[in-house]
Amino acid sequence: MTWLEQLDTCTCVLLRLGERRFALVADQVAELAAPSRIFRFAQKTPEIDGVILRRGRVVPVCDIAETLIGKKLTQRRFYLIATRKQGQGLDWVALPVSGECELIQADLTPAGPSDSHHVAAWLSHQGEVIEVLNLYALTPGADPRHSPVSPTSAPEVHA
Amino acid sequence: MRPAAVPKPTPARTEQIILFRASNQIFAISSASVQEVRSVDSLAGAAVEISEATLPKVRHAIRRTDRHLYVVNAPLHFGLRPTPAALIFLLRQSRVALLVDGIEKMTTMTRLQALPAAFCHEERTWYRGLTVLDQNVIPVVHPAGFLTPAEISLLDAITDPQSLLNAAGTARAELSL
Repeated sequence: MTWLEQLDTCTCVLLRLGERRFALVADQVAELAAPSRIFRFAQKTPEIDGVILRRGRVVPVCDIAETLIGKKLTQRRFYLIATRKQGQGLDWVALPVSGECELIQADLTPAGPSDSHHVAAWLSHQGEVIEVLNLYALTPGADPRHSPVSPTSAPEVHA
Repeated sequence: MRPAAVPKPTPARTEQIILFRASNQIFAISSASVQEVRSVDSLAGAAVEISEATLPKVRHAIRRTDRHLYVVNAPLHFGLRPTPAALIFLLRQSRVALLVDGIEKMTTMTRLQALPAAFCHEERTWYRGLTVLDQNVIPVVHPAGFLTPAEISLLDAITDPQSLLNAAGTARAELSL
């Protein structure tokens, strides 16, 4: 059972990318880190900028802004370190964000079939309707078995 | 009463590695997987030229006893800008010789971290993992990741006239059926 099936009210982290705000379920957030040196090496995954070192761990940096707001972040203020379930363990991904993050409690509305793959749910906060992100659809190499939005749950289309 | 025995700390497993440069980037390879390091000049006369459009990273083969070793240009393999190479690593128990810019140093790594799952393309074949040395992240290459068995078979077919003849004979035999 995913967090989306378990919870109506959920603790979320609001993050800012440019002028827009998005949310991640707090369970998927390890920490907010100050920008640090990014290491780059030859690789072929275009969504990955490089890696940072965090607590002795190598964490890939994945800029999700291009997908969500149509442009890369010019100024990175922090890295939101998110976690994904990967097999039996957890996989860390650093998401560059352009502003401070906020922890909130909110009621979630599950995404509908017409919503983008990267939307796991919606929440309403201070009069703003905010997308709760599906990290598994936004970041490369995710284990789809752990996605809160199962690809098999989409309605069947019959001709 | 005797105090409980303090368990001996297990020594960290270390591995000797060679840090090498390819197109101004640093990579690591296990010393154990490198049989010989030769200068490019020393092999100038011994190399056979290869022109296979699907494998631009292989331009030469070196005849060794009864078979060819294929010279893989490291920058091209990693999708980097080609640079003048100075050294060739002949890999142990492998049909690959690796063309590199130079050796940075030899050192020891104590920890190899798995490549994070977010890396999900060719780099998963290229690298055994990542290591941290002097606060730098260095990819540790997979010696078997330079050429696939299918690519080696293709190169064998090009370089070995006997196999070409055999292939032609098989083709004729099939056609005559």
